[in-house]
Order: sequence, then structure tokens, then C-alpha cells
Amino acid sequence: MSTPRMYRIEPDALNELIQSLRQQHYTVIGPTPRGAAIVLDEITSTSQLPIGKTDEQAPAQYRLKERGDDAMFAFSAGPHSWKRYLFPPVLKLFSSRKNGEGFQISEELPSSDHEEKYALLGVRACDLSAIQIQDKVFGGGTYQDPAYVRVRNQAFIIAVNCTRAGGTCFCSSVRTGPRARVGFDLAMSEVLDSEHYFIVEVGTDRGENVISTVTSRAAEDGEVEKAEHLIRAAAQSTGRSLEPDNTREILYQNSDHPRWDTVAARCLSCANCTMVCPTCFCATVEDTTDLAGTSADRIRKWDSCFTLDFSYIHGGSVRPSSKARYRHWITHKLASWVDQFGTIGCVGCGRCITWCPVGIDITEEFRVIRETYLMKRGTNPNKE
Amino acid sequence: METLERILSQHPFFKELGVDYMQLVTGCASNVRFEQDQFVFREGAEANQFYLIREGRVALQLFSPERGHITIETLGEGDILGWSWLIPPYSWHFDAKALDLTRAIALDGKCLRRKCEDDHHLGYELLKRFSHIMGQRLESTRLQLLDLYGVRS
Amino acid sequence: MVPRPYIVKRIRKDTVDTFTLELGPKDGRSHFSFAPGQFNMIYIYGVGEVPISICGEPSNSTLVHTTRAVGSVTKAMSKLRRGDIVGIRGPFGTSWPVEQARTRDVVVVAGGIGLPPLRPALYHLLAHRDAYGKVVLLYGTRTPDDILFKEELENWRARFDLEVFVTVDRGTPGWRGNVGVVTTLITKAGFDPTNTIAMIVGPEVMMRFTALELMKRGVKAEAIYVSMERNMKCGIGLCGHCQFGPLFTCKDGPVFRYDQIKDLLVKWEI
Repeated sequence: MSTPRMYRIEPDALNELIQSLRQQHYTVIGPTPRGAAIVLDEITSTSQLPIGKTDEQAPAQYRLKERGDDAMFAFSAGPHSWKRYLFPPVLKLFSSRKNGEGFQISEELPSSDHEEKYALLGVRACDLSAIQIQDKVFGGGTYQDPAYVRVRNQAFIIAVNCTRAGGTCFCSSVRTGPRARVGFDLAMSEVLDSEHYFIVEVGTDRGENVISTVTSRAAEDGEVEKAEHLIRAAAQSTGRSLEPDNTREILYQNSDHPRWDTVAARCLSCANCTMVCPTCFCATVEDTTDLAGTSADRIRKWDSCFTLDFSYIHGGSVRPSSKARYRHWITHKLASWVDQFGTIGCVGCGRCITWCPVGIDITEEFRVIRETYLMKRGTNPNKE
Repeated sequence: METLERILSQHPFFKELGVDYMQLVTGCASNVRFEQDQFVFREGAEANQFYLIREGRVALQLFSPERGHITIETLGEGDILGWSWLIPPYSWHFDAKALDLTRAIALDGKCLRRKCEDDHHLGYELLKRFSHIMGQRLESTRLQLLDLYGVRS
Repeated sequence: MVPRPYIVKRIRKDTVDTFTLELGPKDGRSHFSFAPGQFNMIYIYGVGEVPISICGEPSNSTLVHTTRAVGSVTKAMSKLRRGDIVGIRGPFGTSWPVEQARTRDVVVVAGGIGLPPLRPALYHLLAHRDAYGKVVLLYGTRTPDDILFKEELENWRARFDLEVFVTVDRGTPGWRGNVGVVTTLITKAGFDPTNTIAMIVGPEVMMRFTALELMKRGVKAEAIYVSMERNMKCGIGLCGHCQFGPLFTCKDGPVFRYDQIKDLLVKWEI
């Protein structure tokens, strides 16, 4: 593809897109309001999208608001991320049945491909980066997670460029957004002023095939430019930033920083940040039996480095203090992730800030450590 | 005496002590032999020697009425045994018992003490060497105290 | 990754809390091949799965695991009987540098339950004895009752091409062997520090001090290898539990070169 193919579609055509995907046996997952939040779930029509809704986000704060218009994507990342579909929170790995002295193990495989064939509608640029990071985690090494790879390979991705900065996001500083660059089949930008339309950029041939089933026309330059302008404005209005360079040096050299005590005094070790994080990939397994002991299952579940059990080796946890656990989390996310996967593990979605019950802000915690690093560089830190 | 001097000067403990001092040390040295289960010294006795073990093993022990003889540490070939001769009140704090037939070179502490008082440079050299050994013993005792292999609960 | 069924051929109690499992493939599959230092994930039906280093002879058809009954899974494992089935995933992880050690002296230092992960390396060294210089085993345990593989140690001690030193932290009445931590043995062993490969397994503190003592004798940090323990759930670097700084103990380890982890070893709660 030499130049990106750009189409203009009308809001009604978005419904055609959903139906077309459904006809191709995709389960369409998209944002939908539930209770007091916008979550991800199966949708069968655009009417289930959060039409006219937006969110106000701040540390430890999330509120839905009515906008009084027809905007479909005028909100930011919610508590769910797409990893729930590619890397499910609970997954049965195998069942075993008692069989005389021994047992018989049968691997849990999907009953049909259809079940796991997802079309992800409304993937923000930050979350698109998160998916690419998890691709490296689960599919890029010597060992792969077959369940992830299977679901991921089938997934159809429709990105949505952000035309509004959320209250806690910082994607532009970590260079993941607000515009989707790669890794999508289709990417849409919503324009809503005197008229309401979507600019659709085609990322793959598969995307081209799908968009060709929908009422569309080639986008005019002015229409595209209007969308681009909105994306640029979103980038400029982002209120937070995290400087992604030299994170390894900064954090590795400050493992004894007094800030760890300050943050530990606030951190509840509740694990919310790891649950809402779109890149956190830790999991545990549970082996359970039925009451009679005739069958036993192994279940994989999301786990969090904030629990005591997480690092347990006989006699105790390797990280008994919440100070060490917070330090581990942020150091992993911003520093050791680079050693492990060649990129930081933070995409700037801001979820961990919004959903932290005490409002701990990763950008602020890192900024303090970074300032010490910059100050100490080349000087004796203990010199008066 | 020639062989004694050679053995002593080849021992890491006396490394780079200098020819004059080596002669002086050799003058205070004598070969000794302990049969299996023979005590090299007893707790409370006057400490007037230290030993350079050439062969065999020696157990440093304490006696407790409830537990009998408790071995704190065993020393063997190449080890230096005893530093109570160097520090007042110059009396042994442990029992030292040969576990096997043990051959050692005994160094006369009384004689060395006097020479150290007369020549503080010699005193410093010996003290430096002993503090290294004390440091090592302290470190291994600390590790023993940690009871590293116990099941933690 | 699903466990493969293995049948318990024999279970032996080694000490009051340590036991050895001898396993064979249930479906008669061929020889289990592994490199010394690697581990398996052993699954006990309905109870759970734990990482246990492989302890037997690499060329032997029987898969041997020696471990201590300390958690729910290892306790259930200690109650297995001949004919019972366990699940095996593996082998996983890095191995001892037995190839790099060729032509050099080899010092093997084990503390407590650290001997089993080193045993396959010793078997390898003895099976290719001519390829190596001096081979020394230094082994420290808590008490004389905790010494593992006593008979084998006696046999090894009788060999003229292997130096074996055993010490205990606490002697018991009647114990005439060495008393003192394992690091005190390092000065006793005959090896050329400039041409030596060292392999250490034991509690982290023991490994740190052993490495320091070896370096005091002149062994380079790059010639020292240690085997680390962390919580392992998946064994293949996907679940995140066993992270040790940037390293996944299960796939980047458990055997690490000391100079590559020595800075991590002295960080608290890493």
C-alpha cells in the first residue's frame, strides 16, 4: 500500500460495518455503558455504543457525563482493556479425570473457531500499543501462549483515534498516541461539528475487504485534515506526561529512593492498577477438584505482583513490604520491561491513575525519582 | 629449624612478614603432635600458644551439663588455632580437642607477646593477621547463627 | 502445555523431611533427556504443581527428583506410593556449564537441599572424568541427620579423583566430622582458582558468601555459577511470578553466571 486508503463513512454505515463483521462470524466487542462506566462487551449494533456520553477522569475518579450530542467515541479508556478478550481473566487450561491409580488429562480447546473470533471495535492508540506489547510477551519468545496466539491471530482490529484527551492519559509523551499508526485493520476518526462522519483508514487487505462491504466513499482531503486537526489538538491538550527515555538507569539506580516509603504509605496493595493495566500479563494457576475428587481442573487467572502470595517461596514472600511491591511494579513496567521485551510496558492510557483508590499517579511517582536522578548525575548524592 | 622456617614462611598467615621477623617467629616455634581425642587446650587454662595445624583436625568445643560437648567449629590443615594468647587475660575460652592424629607447629605466645610489646611494628603485623582470622571466624559464626538451612515457618 | 503422565517407580525417604521420587513414563515413552541443572514442573492430581530440579543421572532412564516436603504440593508428593501417577512438564531452564568447564578444575558447593540440583552435574563430571581437572564437592548441611545421599557420598569420598568435604552447622553427639559453615571448606580444597569453574546451590545468603569466599581465593566472578529459587508457576517465562530484576528465573535461569546477578542479589526484596 503506497498511500493509506481513506474513506468517509456515515454514522449509519458503522452499523453496516458491525453487521458485516457479524456475518463473517466475528463476535464484535466494543465500548458500551454499563452502570456508571463505559466497559467492553459484545455489541450487535451501534445503538449499544455510549452515544452522547463522555467521562471525566482524574486520580481515583471516574464519572460519566452526558454530552447532549450523538458522539459515539467521545470518551477515554475505561476500566476494561482488550486484554480481557485476548488474555482472558479466567481460562481453563485442562481437565483431568481420575482413572484408577492415575488420571487422564485432556487439554481445553475451543469448541469452534467462531467462539474466539473477535472484532475489536474502538481500540485506542494506547491500547493498540498495549496489544503489540502483549504480542511480544505471549508470542515473541521461545515459549508462546498458544491460547493468546490463537485468539490474537484471528482478531480483527478497528482502531479509533482519540480526538479528546482524557483526564489521566499521557499517550503522546510515551509516543503511543493519540493517533493509531500500525497494527490495525481499520482505523477511524470521528468528526462531529456541522456534520457527523468517520474517516476510515485501511491498514490491511483484510480491512479493505471489510470496508468494501459498507456504504462509503473516498474521503476528501479537507475531511481528512479536519480529523487530523482534532487528533493533533487532543495531543496538545494532554495534561500529563512521562518521559520514556533512560527509565532503566533512573529506576535501577534508585531502588533505595525515599519516595518508595512515601508511596508505600498510600498504596493499599489492592492490585487495581495491575487489573486495569492493558499490558500487565501476570497470571497464576489454580488446581481444583470436585467434591468427589473424580475430576480436577487447572484454571489460569490474572494475578498481581501486589499480592503477598505472588512471590512466595517456602517460608515467605520475596517482597513482603508494599514498598517493594510498588517498586517492583513500576520498575518492571518502566525499566525491566525494556530488558525483557525491548520496550517499556506503559502505554500512557492512564487507567492505573484513574482506578487507584488513593489516586497514586505513575507519572508523578516516576517524575520524582527521575528528578533525583537528574540532580544526582555527576555529583555525589551524599555530599552536603 | 630450617624446615620449620620454610614451612612457616610458606604459610599464608606469615606472608610478606619479612626475613628478620620470620627468624624471630621461627625462634618461638616448635613441632607438636596430638593423639586422637587429646586436648590441645582446655577452657580456662592459661593461653600461651597458638597453633598452625599441619595435619589432622581439631574441634573447638564447649561443655554444657545439658548437652555435653558441643562442637562450635572444626579446624584443619592450614588453619590457625587460638588467639587468646594475644589478648588479656590470656586464657582459653574453649576446649580444643584433636579429632584425628594432629600435627601442628606451636608458637610460643609468651615469647611473641614480649617481642610485640618491644617492637610495635611486629605487634601490628601480627595483630593485622589475627584480626583477619577473627573477622573470618566471626563471619562464619554469623552465618551459622542464621541457621540458613532450617525450614522457615 | 499439559503435563505428561509419569508413574512412581519408587519413593524413598532420605531424611526426616526430604524424599526421593523415581519416575518412569506411563506410556513407555523413551528416555527423558535433560541437561544438569534443569527442572521439571511436577503436578500432583488436584493439588497443584511445583518446580523441582532434576536430580538423577542424565543418562539414566529413570527420572529422579529429590525434594523437601515443605508446602502443600511437596507434602502431598511425599505421600505418593509406588504405582501412583504424577504429571510432568519440562525440562525447563538453563543448565550447569559442564561444557565450558572442560579441562578446568570444578568446585561444586552445595548447601542444605542445594545438593540435588548439583547431582546431575557431578554425575556428568564423573562420567567424563578425564575431560576435567580436579573435581571438588563441598557440602554443608544443618546437622549430620540432614546429610543427603550418605552412601553415595561415602563412595565418592573413596574415589581418588574426587575430593569430598562435608560440614554441618551444628554437630550432634557422636559426630566426628567437620563443624562450621560450608564457606570454611573453600580454603581446604585443592583447586587452581585461576582455572576453575564453580557451581553453587543453597540459600541466597549462603551462595553470596560462598561466591565472595571463592573470589577471595582468586576465582573470577565470571567463573562462578549459582542456581536461583523464585516462585515459578508456568516454567516458561509467561506468568511473571519468578521475576528477579529483569530476569525470569524459570527461563533465564535457574542457573545464572554470578557476575550477571551479583548486583541484584544484594538488593532488598527484589
